[in-house]
Amino acid sequence: MHINIEKVSHQYETKQGMLPVLKNLSLSIKRKGFTAIVGPSGCGKSTITRLVSGLIKPTRGSIFISNKRITSPLSTVGMAFQNPVLLEWRNVIKNIILPLEIVAKNMTYNQKKSNALDLLKLVGLEEFENNLPSELSGGMKQRVSLCRSLVHNPEVLILDEPFAALDAFTKEDLWDVMHKLKKERDFTCILITHDLREAVYLADQVIVLSGRPASLQYDVKTNFNQEKKISDLYSSEVSQLLATLRNQIEIAQNKND
Amino acid sequence: MIKINNFIIPLFSLIIFCLLWELLVWYNNWPNYKMASPSDLWPAFWKFKHLFLIYGWETFWRTVVGLILSVLVGLSLGILMGFSKTIRIGLYPILVGFNAIPKATVVPVIALIFVGMHNMNTIIIVILISFFPICVSISIGLSTLEREYEDILLSLGANKFEIFYKIALPKTLPEFFGALKVSTTLAFIGTNLMEIIEPHGKGLGHLFDSGKISADYPLMFAVLITLAVMGIFLYYIVVYLENIFAGWAIRK
Repeated sequence: MHINIEKVSHQYETKQGMLPVLKNLSLSIKRKGFTAIVGPSGCGKSTITRLVSGLIKPTRGSIFISNKRITSPLSTVGMAFQNPVLLEWRNVIKNIILPLEIVAKNMTYNQKKSNALDLLKLVGLEEFENNLPSELSGGMKQRVSLCRSLVHNPEVLILDEPFAALDAFTKEDLWDVMHKLKKERDFTCILITHDLREAVYLADQVIVLSGRPASLQYDVKTNFNQEKKISDLYSSEVSQLLATLRNQIEIAQNKND
Repeated sequence: MIKINNFIIPLFSLIIFCLLWELLVWYNNWPNYKMASPSDLWPAFWKFKHLFLIYGWETFWRTVVGLILSVLVGLSLGILMGFSKTIRIGLYPILVGFNAIPKATVVPVIALIFVGMHNMNTIIIVILISFFPICVSISIGLSTLEREYEDILLSLGANKFEIFYKIALPKTLPEFFGALKVSTTLAFIGTNLMEIIEPHGKGLGHLFDSGKISADYPLMFAVLITLAVMGIFLYYIVVYLENIFAGWAIRK
């Protein structure tokens, strides 16, 4: 599933009038690609996730998923956010099967459960299937949220800063969980983040957006290694890449002033 | 051990409370027509045990029926207001204004409109007095649902109804039960207001009024105690339902 964003502009209605957030943004993400989108705060990154998932329509321009123009939500999309938004009254397994209750109504409960259990094993939480979300730590909740976003085998996974609220070590654990999921499952991924190391470590393409209204400012491939390891992040090659990206962010911020 | 303590400690405090009450009346040497003491209550119960049974049942079923109807009214209005901003803006001033009217002043109005229809009058007052907290809590619960919760399902193509019964409704259940506890207490105020004010009334309110006319303090206090017991009983039924339906929200 390749994704094409073609000349998309978007604006919101606010009390102060129209607020343009995206301006003539074009970018393409290849099939099974993993693209990270970074940019200054409030530049319209989350708007992109809502556009690609079909929750809102762009003011101008169009978005295509494998050449099909998106006009309404598709059941082939999975989403995870900074807030894990688990349903507190459902245990872990029942939280994960929630999307299946919408898109696979004919599936039996046991089938749903076994799908969910496969994912739970991948993220290393199989012992917690019957726990309530209130009994889990922040990192565990986010793992469950990732499982939920993948349980219906979506073709596109949209991650809106899912690791932003976690501590540094939990974050690195989850990065590796993400690598594992990407290897086992077949999806195209868009990651919105503020963390340049995260972008470089997880994605094979990093896109820097300019300040609001955002357009494409910088686009770089990050295939510095076949199998990325945390230690790679301390190599000189990656340090240089990070420095370039940091510099681009600064340029984007200045434009905003 | 904890279970026994949960029973013995409240019982102990209740006994001390009654002893102090008895002591106060005994020390001041108050006669029956000035203030009742706990030891007067049982004879009063026994003397009117028939009326307590009949009137007690009447007050109880009117309260329960009124409460169930006010849940229905409160839920429907709350759901409408939670989902439609237009309805919320339109209904809020009316509801707030309506709730600001002291219900004691509405009682004679209702009693005059439906003269002689004791049951209906009482139930109407119960509904009027208890639907408001339920309506407000449900509408606020539904209208403040975080966008991400909706997005998870909306992005899969779910409809409004699926979002409502899979996420919005269960998520507001704790608020609903909080409001229902308030409404349960209010409902007894409703029944008794009507029963006391209405001429030729029935129910415990009427019994209380008879006690007042004949300055029978033991009878009046016996009615109060009965009402308290009924209130506690209904309250714990609500707590029981809350444990079943919204137990996940209670921190252990």
